[in-house]
Amino acid sequence: VTAEVAVVGFAQAPCRVREDVTTSGVEMLVPILAEVFRATGLTKADIGFWCSGSSDYLAGRAFSFVQAVDAIGAVPPAMESHVEMDAAWALYEAWVKVLTGEAEIALAYGFGKSSGAQLRRVLALQLDPYLVAPLWPDSVSVAALQARLGLDAGLWTQKDMAQVAARSRAAARANPRAQVSGDVAVSELLARPYVAEPLRAHDCAPVGDGAAVVIIASASRARELCARPAWITGFEHRIDSGALGARDLLAVPSAAAAVSACAAAAGGASAEVAELHAPFTHQEILLRGALGLDDGVDVNPSGGALCGNPMFAAGLARIGMAAQAVMSGRAGCALGHATSGPVLQQNLVCVLEAQ
Amino acid sequence: VDHPLRAPLEIEFDYTRSLGPVLSRFMTALTERRILGARGADGRVHAPPFEYDPVTSEPPGELVEVGPEGTVVSWSWMPEPLEGQPLARPFAWALIRLDGADTAMLHAVDAGSAAVMRTGLRVRARWSASRIGSIRDLACFEPCGAPGTSAGDDAGEASTAGSVTGTVTPVRLSYLHTASPGESAYLRGLAERRLLGQRCGVCGQVYVPPRGTCPADGVPTQEEVELPEEGTVTTFCVVNVGYPGQRVTPPYVAAAVLLDGADIAFQHLILGCEPGEVRMGLRVRAVWDEAGGISHFAPTGEPDAAYESYARHL
Repeated sequence: VTAEVAVVGFAQAPCRVREDVTTSGVEMLVPILAEVFRATGLTKADIGFWCSGSSDYLAGRAFSFVQAVDAIGAVPPAMESHVEMDAAWALYEAWVKVLTGEAEIALAYGFGKSSGAQLRRVLALQLDPYLVAPLWPDSVSVAALQARLGLDAGLWTQKDMAQVAARSRAAARANPRAQVSGDVAVSELLARPYVAEPLRAHDCAPVGDGAAVVIIASASRARELCARPAWITGFEHRIDSGALGARDLLAVPSAAAAVSACAAAAGGASAEVAELHAPFTHQEILLRGALGLDDGVDVNPSGGALCGNPMFAAGLARIGMAAQAVMSGRAGCALGHATSGPVLQQNLVCVLEAQ
Repeated sequence: VDHPLRAPLEIEFDYTRSLGPVLSRFMTALTERRILGARGADGRVHAPPFEYDPVTSEPPGELVEVGPEGTVVSWSWMPEPLEGQPLARPFAWALIRLDGADTAMLHAVDAGSAAVMRTGLRVRARWSASRIGSIRDLACFEPCGAPGTSAGDDAGEASTAGSVTGTVTPVRLSYLHTASPGESAYLRGLAERRLLGQRCGVCGQVYVPPRGTCPADGVPTQEEVELPEEGTVTTFCVVNVGYPGQRVTPPYVAAAVLLDGADIAFQHLILGCEPGEVRMGLRVRAVWDEAGGISHFAPTGEPDAAYESYARHL
């Protein structure tokens, strides 16, 4: 496999409800930037391009990402950009910058104080502004419509959904940065009340605040920065229609298209580990199918977004966790996935391999 | 250590959007208690209508009337409705395939109880009594066979004449805003008529209000510095434009004020002189208000500061 860019560093803040931090992200970013610089031996002067992902709607103010730039020390001026999306898309922009030779080393970071307002209500504003958002359909209710479609179609049961939650929480015991973890019986989960029938609390990612950072480097620099870089052999994103009622909510064509485009680029290496950004239990089941992951793939060994879903950072963290599986030697090939928009509308896949 | 200060932050604004030719016809029809769909190149009818065909990207050729009855394709239950949603009592969200349509519309169903809801349930539109050309002209849907409860079904008039060309969506969001530790110290200092900044341990620059992190070095700033209430206008503008909520009558001056000993200017009002008298280098002093804050800055009467003394901070 030939790859020109590799992930060489990753760090994420513990996902928690943080009453003590601002929506600027600075307090959550400064420690993890220090952590990733320590691990790679880099300083801010080595970073040729910075790109962040965050949202003004979470922060409750315009141009909120500008304050976060304090955390990166942008004096003298740095080459910097921002996406109003999960920072997985910021990493994509950074990857293009390195591929085109405009930077040798680039850093993507994402942050979100999801708990600043009522998240499920804020997320109604990402829906069609003419026909849907004026009704304020919250994100949990919209996901519940998708879950019921799958229940009605026999694609999963409520027990299957609870099993996803139980398995994720058990896996998250090994992830100290997870917000939720522990052993819980499926029968106990199923005895709990609905939040938005057919969804129960365990079917929904917890609301948590956090941040994540990933550093990538060109081939010439990656080997000196990391003993075992995670080479990016496929990186694709696709989007489906925004019309909720016109789209087949039981297919995720954009995820399938992204992964098949990656396979074409990567030559079909199969992932041993997959970190999926599925904020609802049934969405993990949908994504496993759309991405063609068989039972041999270790899905979400971190616990996944169901155990910690800092908005605008959780997708980047999935790629970071997948990269870490490669960098640590646990996997030869890993897949990171990120989603954006309502009910898996937009999907990104990043395939990472050891060389 | 004092806790960071926190306060509710309420944000309200209207999204005012113009409508293209398709949604203009759709919204106008809603005021007349009719629901329109768009027939695609493949013959399927989309309701609500698409503006561009998802297959061919062409505008729809034909809008056709659908509903007002339909079938529930999927539903979820909302036990505690949130602000702004169509109903204040528990209701169902549903994807509803209107009769004559091939796609579904998201809306609320006033079912009374989750036990009434099922996939395949037949529902009908309930109209708002006042219709302005908004998706909210459809108050909600209700199970077919339920007694009609809406004034809009029998009476009620479209409150617009002619075609609807725009739609307004009021947005209200409630946050609990947290100030950073540095900002909190600054705000507490103001209440005691003290101006508190922070010095970076790496580059020695003094920031006021404190930023918590040095923007040059990206390291936390911890050393507190108390600054005098005098400073220099580095640059300024004369505000001549009025806006809702404005507290000072134009014309007035908004300036960047560099406190003595600080390395970053902050923006404040310059009052106590004619706008035309304000200039770069003007020496000013804080004027405190009763509430525990700086009302504005006013000229001290000292000679102007030399350009070189603030040139680096422009």
